[in-house]
Amino acid sequence: MQLRGVALQLGGRPLVGPLDVTIQAGEVVTLIGESGAGKSSLLAYLCGTLSPAFVASGEIWLGDDEISTWPPQVRRLGILFQDDLLFPHLSVGQNLAFALPSRIRSSADRKARIEWALAEAGLPGFDNRDPATLSGGQRARISVMRVLLSEPRALLLDEPFSKLDASTRQRFREFAFNHLRQARLPALMVSHDPEDAAAAGGPVIQLDRGPTVLNHSFTP
Amino acid sequence: MPRSPSARTLNWFPFLTLAVLIGPVVAGLAGTLLPAFGYLPALGGTSLNLGPWRELFELPGFWTSARLSLVTGLAITAGSLGVVAAFCAAWEGTRWFRWTERFLTPLLSVPHVAVAFGIAFLVMPSGWIVRMLSPWATGFHRPPDWMTVQDPQGISLVLGLIAKEVPYLLLMTVAAMGQVDAERSRTVALTLGYGPMTAWFKVVFPRVYPLIRLPVLAVLAYGMSVVDVALVLGPTTPATLPVRLVQLFNDPDLSLRFVASAGGCFQTLLVAAGIALWCGAEWALRHWGTRWIAAGRRCPQDRAARVVAGLVLASSSLAVVLAMLAMALWAFASSWRFPDLWPSGMSLANWKYHLDALGPALENTITIASGATAVAVILSVGVLEQEARSGRRAWAFSGGSLYLPLVLPQVAFLFGAQILLLIMGLGGNQFVLVWMHLVFVFPYVFLCLSDPYRAWDERYQRTAWCLGATPLRTFFRIKAPMLLRPILNAAAIGFLVSVGLYLPTLLLGGGRYPTITTEAVTLTSGGDPRLIGLYALLQMALPFLLFVVVALLVGLRFRHRRGMQSS
Repeated sequence: MQLRGVALQLGGRPLVGPLDVTIQAGEVVTLIGESGAGKSSLLAYLCGTLSPAFVASGEIWLGDDEISTWPPQVRRLGILFQDDLLFPHLSVGQNLAFALPSRIRSSADRKARIEWALAEAGLPGFDNRDPATLSGGQRARISVMRVLLSEPRALLLDEPFSKLDASTRQRFREFAFNHLRQARLPALMVSHDPEDAAAAGGPVIQLDRGPTVLNHSFTP
Repeated sequence: MPRSPSARTLNWFPFLTLAVLIGPVVAGLAGTLLPAFGYLPALGGTSLNLGPWRELFELPGFWTSARLSLVTGLAITAGSLGVVAAFCAAWEGTRWFRWTERFLTPLLSVPHVAVAFGIAFLVMPSGWIVRMLSPWATGFHRPPDWMTVQDPQGISLVLGLIAKEVPYLLLMTVAAMGQVDAERSRTVALTLGYGPMTAWFKVVFPRVYPLIRLPVLAVLAYGMSVVDVALVLGPTTPATLPVRLVQLFNDPDLSLRFVASAGGCFQTLLVAAGIALWCGAEWALRHWGTRWIAAGRRCPQDRAARVVAGLVLASSSLAVVLAMLAMALWAFASSWRFPDLWPSGMSLANWKYHLDALGPALENTITIASGATAVAVILSVGVLEQEARSGRRAWAFSGGSLYLPLVLPQVAFLFGAQILLLIMGLGGNQFVLVWMHLVFVFPYVFLCLSDPYRAWDERYQRTAWCLGATPLRTFFRIKAPMLLRPILNAAAIGFLVSVGLYLPTLLLGGGRYPTITTEAVTLTSGGDPRLIGLYALLQMALPFLLFVVVALLVGLRFRHRRGMQSS
């Protein structure tokens, strides 16, 4: 994934960037910045869900596609927020099935993938459970598996660990990063916690006003 | 924001909705205004003149009627606001307060006229209160010859409507208190040595009042313009102005429609004057209040005042409950002689006997209400979804302007609407009737739905989109099911509003679509309490059943989803 000259403005004032970043498959780049620095807005621009109040510019490249004008549902950029955002009206299994692409037709196949995802999350047999009855850590793991099942081309992480308590956070970080590397996805994480960046193990960008360039190769 | 075809279709919703809502009102106003100045070629009025106004002012007792409307409207508003404010000041934050709030919520769903009938059964000379005291305390063996209901000063009208409006204003106040951090402000005042009630009036009320001002003004306009409740509880010699105007309008002598139209315009001016008076009082009270707050009097001992405030609210709520109970008893009573406290026999004979008339009335009620509610819900969701996707709130759908159809006197535009429809040959058309119901139903549905809709965490939507779901699929699979409870609740409220509508049904239905509400009001003059009780009970039961069904449906659908339980 590559960002070329991505910049955000709010009310005529520059907020972020211009930003030039290349992220390799299996790599996690961390953007560190204070709250209000426009981290979440940047991710919203990448997803294609930025509020019209912002003015954004710059190119977003995924492989050979420039996706900045695509509607969000065809960009295939998965996103994880600080809340797990499991849909409360669906069961755990239905949440996962919602993410599974519809081109996987056979119900046996779909079922198998969901069972695989549940097993990976360490929650086999949780198919029919109500998300509200799961612990915070369990819900967080399901949300990771949900986004992975949607077969994204890249991942965006919006402070995904900040709402978990310290011990859960430690284990969930390992879980999440292991799966990202296994899936060989480029990932962009925004955070204000240097520990997140350290755990991610990738390059760190301090998000301040002004041009930022990060062009390098990184082999995990 | 993503530009998908569905988003572009949605852009039509705000305009469509406004046209659908404003069209009939503007047309109706014009249709009232022209005849008011003598112009209505269909009835031979071809020139503009002031004749109708002159005739209006010369009606016997006209100014008495106008004054009655103004005074009762102001009294109802001041009374219900006073009861609610005093109760909140005295008991807010206690267990007893939360209990009362929960207990009063269902009372909101009882239509105004049904409450009016019940109150009449309670306070009339042969009513429950006199029966409770007879003959042991009063010595009465037959009903006394008193004028308790329909008293010339309109006192029973005022008390009845205060009892009905108290639950409404209380819930509005509770919602407003949640927005201004009432609890902690008051704690600060308490620690500074203020008594609980003084603390509330000095630090909470000034911030809560601006938030409930529109509902309060709506109560004022309603109280001044109400027709159905005034027919049941209001004075008759003379009646309040809107009641007399409707009688004039429905007079077989069609030339009186000019006078009635002028009266409709006058009623609008009267409501404007009432609002102006209220605003003047607000201004004076603010000046006095600022000085009172700054003077620092703490009134730490207010137990007696608190008890009184509690008792007043309790008795007004108790009156509504007893009223409903009395009605239900009458509906099943075979005979209930004075001064017996209970009916001597209960039977279903009453229901069987009137089944023939009941059936069509029920059917009309349900058809019209379902139609208007369905359209109102679709339009509301469309407008709110368009707003969510464009990120812009159309001015017409934010706050104040939605109250406009609720503040405008119904007679002012219903007269004109009916005249226009007759000219166009559309009198008594069911489609038109549903449309006019929609004008009244929509604001309530929208006001109920907009808060939960706007508060929905749109990150769910972003998550779904990023998982590859189209906006359409996201809406139907994620957003609509998650908002199912508020959507159905808003629908139930809309249904309830439609069931309770009297004047639009009467005037635009042309007598061809009697509903349980118009039938019940028509029966007032006959005075058979069994029959009135029966219709009033149906009026209460219909919305109540609907709320139960909604709760059951949503509860059943999401019985295994703890995250979807109502808070």
